[in-house]
Amino acid sequence: MDVTIIDYGAGNIQSIQFAFQRLGVNAKLSNSVQEIQNADKVIFPGVGEASQAMEMLKKSKLDLLIPTLKQDVLGICLGMQLLCKHSEEGNTKGLGVFDVDVKRFSNAVKVPHMGWNTIQNLQSNLLKEIPENSFMYSVHSYYASIGTQTIASSEYELEFSAALQSDNFYGVQFHPEKSSKDGAQLLQNFLNL
Amino acid sequence: MLAKRIIPCLDIKNGRTVKGVNFLNLRDAGDPVALAKQYAENGADELVFLDISATLESRSTTIDMVRKVAEQIDIPFTVGGGVSTVEGVETLLKSGADKVGVNSAAIKRPELINELSKAFGNQCIVVAIDAKKVDGTWLVHLAGGTIPTELDLFEWAKEVETRGAGEILFTSMNNDGVKTGFANEALAQLSETVNIPIIASGGAGTIQHFVDVFKNGKADAGLAASVFHFGEIAINDLKQELQSNNINIRL
Repeated sequence: MDVTIIDYGAGNIQSIQFAFQRLGVNAKLSNSVQEIQNADKVIFPGVGEASQAMEMLKKSKLDLLIPTLKQDVLGICLGMQLLCKHSEEGNTKGLGVFDVDVKRFSNAVKVPHMGWNTIQNLQSNLLKEIPENSFMYSVHSYYASIGTQTIASSEYELEFSAALQSDNFYGVQFHPEKSSKDGAQLLQNFLNL
Repeated sequence: MLAKRIIPCLDIKNGRTVKGVNFLNLRDAGDPVALAKQYAENGADELVFLDISATLESRSTTIDMVRKVAEQIDIPFTVGGGVSTVEGVETLLKSGADKVGVNSAAIKRPELINELSKAFGNQCIVVAIDAKKVDGTWLVHLAGGTIPTELDLFEWAKEVETRGAGEILFTSMNNDGVKTGFANEALAQLSETVNIPIIASGGAGTIQHFVDVFKNGKADAGLAASVFHFGEIAINDLKQELQSNNINIRL
């Protein structure tokens, strides 16, 4: 299976590659429109600041490509947030695949939201065989609101989308590649979709 | 609900763990990858590797180690020790470290925190602070706690937060190695001072000390070395006990 991780210069993609390696899959890195288009599965990672990440996508015209992809796509962390409508971070217009906005946690809680938190109301095949209230590892200061495409929720200050799905597009706020066995199960589920 | 974190800390020199590790079922106690794996399996939430290598050559061995750990371990880990440049941090992150700890270099040149946070995001910048209570004032110390500075712990903590630190790892030198509990009063005050997560370090001797650091010290994570390395506290027992004390923990 051809699993391609979109390499647009945003964040620690090495860990995602290693996580697939542990599942026996050699995921490759690419920023080529053609290669991404031809992949069986696409991973859209991202760590860092939203407006800068969007600029980097635009430079390689990936902002136009990603929303048109027909195969299964998994956005991770900032990748998921960029698939939303809009982010408060750097007042960034998103790719609009998910019909929710991204907002910042208030200072009523410690920001970033960092560590292991439970996920609830699991609804998609992406989360198959992962028990309700499993712990996943997250690091983020911005969150995607709850919407009709929410397939898992989590709570920190308020309830937010831990995972989203719209047709072939999936997104997770947490880092499955760093979330021990349940995270590995999620990546395996993504391969099995 | 967000869980409190338990973090074993490993000292690394020339790519090997040092400072005596005594683990059952580990043929080679000096291998950081084997140790990390064992900790991850036993329920550690995160790991910290502190590189105490002195030479550039031994640092490159550490980079190899970071890569091997990232390949095999599916929980987050921080690498600290001697980190002083944007390039150095980039190498560590590209090798698979999730976060990087900076200490002395940030005291000598505080702008480094801004630069790192801008380049990589604040989520991966942990500022480590060693402080000692001297005549009622918590003074920040340099170079592994050997050199005192004029900096006040709480003022410095506020400054590193403003400059873009994502997390603070506070080691109380008064408590470190004594095994009589964490510096809970200072920790609680630190949690009031800043709005980023605090990792408590220095003083762990018993399971009760961890209960106290979360309840009274309001810490977000508890870090320790020898009590874990020598099997005095098994992480799973610790977590069971924390849970029975109504502390939210990942089991």
